[in-house]
Amino acid sequence: MVVERRWKRWVYFYLPMTFLVVITLFPFYWMFITAIRPDAELYKSWRAAQNAPFWTLQPTLAHVQDLLEKTMFLRWLWNTFLIAIVSTMISLVCGLFAGYALARLRFRGAGMIGTGIFVTYLVPQTLLFIPLADVIRNFHLGNTPWALILTYPTFLIPFCTWLLMGYFKTIPKELEECARIDGATRFGAMVRIIFPIAVPGILSAGIFAFTLSWNEFIYALVFLSSPERKTVPVGVVSELIRGDIYFWGQLMAGALLGSVPVALVYSFFVEYYVTGLTGSVKG
Amino acid sequence: MKPPIAGGAGGATGLEVALPHPPPARRITRALESEGLLAAMLLTPAVVLLGLFIAYPFVMGLWLSVTSVTVGNVGEFVGLRNFVKAWDDSIFQTAFQNTFYYTFWATLFKLVVGMWVALLLNRHFKFKRLVRASMLLPFIIPTVLSTFAWRWMFDPTFSVLNWSLYTMGFIVTKLPFLSDGTYAMWCAIVVNTWRGMPFFAITLLAGLQTISPELHEAASLDGANAWRRFWHVTWPLLKPVTLVVVVFSIIQTFSDFQLIYVLTGGGPANSTHLLATYAYQLGVGAGLLSEGAAISLFMFPVLFAVVWIQLRYLRRMEGA
Repeated sequence: MVVERRWKRWVYFYLPMTFLVVITLFPFYWMFITAIRPDAELYKSWRAAQNAPFWTLQPTLAHVQDLLEKTMFLRWLWNTFLIAIVSTMISLVCGLFAGYALARLRFRGAGMIGTGIFVTYLVPQTLLFIPLADVIRNFHLGNTPWALILTYPTFLIPFCTWLLMGYFKTIPKELEECARIDGATRFGAMVRIIFPIAVPGILSAGIFAFTLSWNEFIYALVFLSSPERKTVPVGVVSELIRGDIYFWGQLMAGALLGSVPVALVYSFFVEYYVTGLTGSVKG
Repeated sequence: MKPPIAGGAGGATGLEVALPHPPPARRITRALESEGLLAAMLLTPAVVLLGLFIAYPFVMGLWLSVTSVTVGNVGEFVGLRNFVKAWDDSIFQTAFQNTFYYTFWATLFKLVVGMWVALLLNRHFKFKRLVRASMLLPFIIPTVLSTFAWRWMFDPTFSVLNWSLYTMGFIVTKLPFLSDGTYAMWCAIVVNTWRGMPFFAITLLAGLQTISPELHEAASLDGANAWRRFWHVTWPLLKPVTLVVVVFSIIQTFSDFQLIYVLTGGGPANSTHLLATYAYQLGVGAGLLSEGAAISLFMFPVLFAVVWIQLRYLRRMEGA
């Protein structure tokens, strides 16, 4: 072990660590405090004698109540959830199949297709949203959840394929070969032997894909128009700001509640998420 | 797609050739024993979706960018006029420069701070898992929602940051966080760093954990101080993963949209537009589809170069 003195540990470790954790978490704290602070306290000038800027003495749920009663927030939550789940499922199935084919099967064009999928991984949504809006309109998918359910896989499939391909490569080939000697078909061996072993990889890919879909903004902004069809990020941006007026209490309540589902999923599966995250770049 | 390989068992490995005749099965099952056919079947869903919603729109985008389509107007072929027009447009020029500026500084900060956090997290301490999990939060929470919190913290009238700096005596008048172009750009860079840093930290941490502590002990016995241990031991071993993370980050930052859209909306006076937000403003806001598509495409050469470097690097790794 490299030994170090106590003061050094404080200066080089505890202080910077605390500083970084505070900066990381402060915006979330601020979101929370704004969401429960009454309007009268919220809109005091920055120079006014405020006794308690960092907390509040009269917490209120009025903003949350407004949000739930006067806007379609719960509807947006449901839309986001549904779209994220379905597009994640589609991407997992496609990713499992494609990842298996690229990791295990020998066929002409394997290298080309693998490279092709990897390249689409790196295509950002902002490069394509204008022509894609046209494509969506031509397919008559505009302003339906399908517009997002079918387009989100474009950035999820490459990632799932990449991650699962890496995972399949770590599974010994002998397992399949044994199954095939016992009379299993190729497809059967893949579904019954390999996929169950890959469950941790599938979970990682699924969790990561779910958070990515929950986070997606520009496609949802461009492809959806009626308020009851929107997802949380788009709903908060377009429906909670009327004209130039920002209702900060409601906005922060919306931001907080909109983050809870994804934060919950994350907190239950931190390890899988981290595997997905680090696997997403290692392949 | 390639035609199926003739012969029942697919003739892959010697082991399979030695198999007895397969039990009588349906035709489909037998066809799927051919590696080529099975691969074709397995790849079809992914290739169809990616083809329909990436390759096809990309070609459409190229076509749009050389025509004069607007909302409700079919338009005609105009050659490179949209690109030339954009190039002469002063807002475009600002957006173009901003995109590079924003990408460069945000990526640099994310790398430096992310490396720092990774080194800190690589030590043993209480609540390590909790700290690591909370450090990742900015990356999990939807960007739009967390950016709203920042926007509120930068509020011209009620900014908590101004309040704190004023109370602590650092400033005598408020800082124009989002109402001055230069300040606003730096605010965006700070928020981007805050949001993207965890990705660097966690990925680099995973890289750090693969480095054997014995190397550090050996270097330490040879009299290397912490900085030299980092520079001569850690950094060379961490370079491959760093390169990959930086490439991902450059692509994400270069094509960023949501952060600017929520934080400044491209303002004040169009001074903080990025290519993506300006393309949105023209293409969706003003309905000038072709001009918007052309501006989006200005991102392509840079993204292409970055991806190309990445692919070459991967090839070299596989070859090694």
